[in-house]
Amino acid sequence: MRHTITVMVENEFGVLSRVAGLFSGRGFNIDSLSVAPTNDETISRMTIVTRGDDQILEQISKQLNKLIDVIKVIDFTDGEAIEREMALIKVTAEESARAEILRIADIFRAKIIDVTTKSFTIEATGAPAKIDAILELLRPLGLKELVRTGPVAIGRGAKAWKG
Amino acid sequence: MKMTGARILLECLKLEGVDTVFGYPGGTVINIYDELFSFKDIRHILPRHEQAGVHAADGFARATGRVGVAIATSGPGATNTVTGIATAYMDSIPLVVITGQVPTALIGNDAFQEVDIIGITRPCTKHNFLVKDVKDIATIIKKAFFIARTGRPGPVLVDLPKDVQIATAEFHYPDSIELRSYKPTVEGHPKQIEKAVSMLLAAKKPVIYVGGGAISGDAAGELSALATKLHIPVTTTLMGLGAFPEDNPLSLNLLGMHGTYFANMAVTNCDLLVAVGARFDDRVTGKIATFAPHAKIIHMDVDPTSIRKNVRVDLPIVGQVKDVLGRMLKTVEECGDKIAAFHAGIEPWLVEIDGWKKKHPMSYKQTATVIKPQFVIQKLRELSESDAIVATDVGQHQMWTAQFFGFREPRTLLSSGGLGTMGYGLPAAMGAQAAFPNRQVIAVCGDGGFQMNLQEMATLVQNRLPVKIVILNNNFLGMVRQWQELFFDKRYSQTCMELPIDFIKLAEAFGAKGFQATRPDEVEATIKKAFETPGPVIMEFKIAREEKVLPMVPAGASLNEMVLNA
Repeated sequence: MRHTITVMVENEFGVLSRVAGLFSGRGFNIDSLSVAPTNDETISRMTIVTRGDDQILEQISKQLNKLIDVIKVIDFTDGEAIEREMALIKVTAEESARAEILRIADIFRAKIIDVTTKSFTIEATGAPAKIDAILELLRPLGLKELVRTGPVAIGRGAKAWKG
Repeated sequence: MKMTGARILLECLKLEGVDTVFGYPGGTVINIYDELFSFKDIRHILPRHEQAGVHAADGFARATGRVGVAIATSGPGATNTVTGIATAYMDSIPLVVITGQVPTALIGNDAFQEVDIIGITRPCTKHNFLVKDVKDIATIIKKAFFIARTGRPGPVLVDLPKDVQIATAEFHYPDSIELRSYKPTVEGHPKQIEKAVSMLLAAKKPVIYVGGGAISGDAAGELSALATKLHIPVTTTLMGLGAFPEDNPLSLNLLGMHGTYFANMAVTNCDLLVAVGARFDDRVTGKIATFAPHAKIIHMDVDPTSIRKNVRVDLPIVGQVKDVLGRMLKTVEECGDKIAAFHAGIEPWLVEIDGWKKKHPMSYKQTATVIKPQFVIQKLRELSESDAIVATDVGQHQMWTAQFFGFREPRTLLSSGGLGTMGYGLPAAMGAQAAFPNRQVIAVCGDGGFQMNLQEMATLVQNRLPVKIVILNNNFLGMVRQWQELFFDKRYSQTCMELPIDFIKLAEAFGAKGFQATRPDEVEATIKKAFETPGPVIMEFKIAREEKVLPMVPAGASLNEMVLNA
């Protein structure tokens, strides 16, 4: 099962490699990982997408908590969190396809952020499934290059995790 | 007062109560050694290899319960510590290892004797630190000791660049330290403890399974009190030996791959297994699917990751086992009449276990002409002092020691359980002897493991550490040979040591004494003579070459599928 885990860590060098090393050393999967400082600059927040059964997820959570630099681990099971991901997508845009690409971008509320006579670069933001969907539509038109951030997640409702 | 970083380090160690360190000088720690030259409060012991220095600090820590400290220089000095650190990590032994590092300006430049020891030791330390500013030394050392000794203990490495040692700063040592990201659970949850007691009292076939956590958590007293109060049989892992007296009738001794028949049968047939500071290692469980198949499992451990890592658990209790057992005992004592009913209820179970004990007690066939290793171990127990500390290497002799010595007190067996490090025994004994100059310290080694760190004979002699070294010499890498005999059609690939070594002359070369026994009737006299001889002594016993460690649960088999006589 796919899980999105948020990990609050001390914003110090080496922390990312501790977390990444834990996953590789214990044979856990990482589908994606994004990390940046929070409002409190001494804390960084990681969003990790991983897969595994309940027992593996329990271990991932516990092992992350065991790292000295980890302040908090939140396992967002489906529905409790809002996830957003950004993708920058470079597509071939010959004369015949330009209108179609713009239409698709419009439907997904994506932005064209770079234009040449032969290409568009699109900025798309949304839940990972939405990014998958726009890619599916753009792929037949000539997808040249793709970069995805991996999702970031935040809990629903008024309750907030400090930082 | 302003001090150099090197001096600050020593002042911090002193304030942490460190009186002995094991270290090896070199280019990037020369400033620490210069300060040490006139620093009288810390005794420095110079091993002949950094690996042995860390094992000695580890032996010191296991024997005393205090944090062991080792120092090594950058590059090869640092990499030589890695086996020692990994050994301590696997067995949850508190260490602080200080390594020198090239000056901060050179880090990353492939400088002379530079290695990324922080990167290398990340997976085998509880935590590690690179100190970048002299002002941070005191806080980092405080954190290092705090992390090493609290929660589930473990080794912490502090990497100290040379320029940070030279720079000066005001010295202030914090009284206490607070880490927002590290707050180990101490007290078990009261509801869980209550549930544990009611599960216990409802059991008809209970067994307590004890690991090293009962020793590092200082819980032997509570464990014995609870087990004897309720008449519950106790089995221990290698790491747990000494947590419960093996001469107590409730003791089932060792369980697992080379455990007793009755311990493994009891675990396989029990209806409740109470795991105390143990981690369900594969050498203990055998095949997981058939491990304790009829049992509900209560698992108490200070480290939440140990719980449900390998086996299903019905009742987890996260907390210090001393606290958890203590409060269970208190709850039990308030149960009054229920205790008698419980005793009556488990009586048939105790009778059943007794039957297994009688059917297959631990045994070996004594001969008149060839020395059996088990006999040597039994004689050692008989002739050694009651508080003797025994360090072992890894292999057959380790298992024979575990099976036949009969440990009665915590912290009297020092052995590499998790990592299984050959070469551990001699330096670990050295560390224990440095901690307890007046206690009898015995290193039990095979001829293979002894040769992995035999250079430490020099350290023993130089520092007047009178370790008595037992070499059970079968001229084989015996444990691997045993596997080759049983599972590889006796193809003894690279396990015969070929060259016979004169261990007596070797001892003499270092300025120590050496005695040899080749016949069973010489064993007792040899041990006595060695114990009466001052200073370090090697006792070499030429043992039955193809003697096996039995019983044996083949790797991956169920605990009740023991090879009893092969």
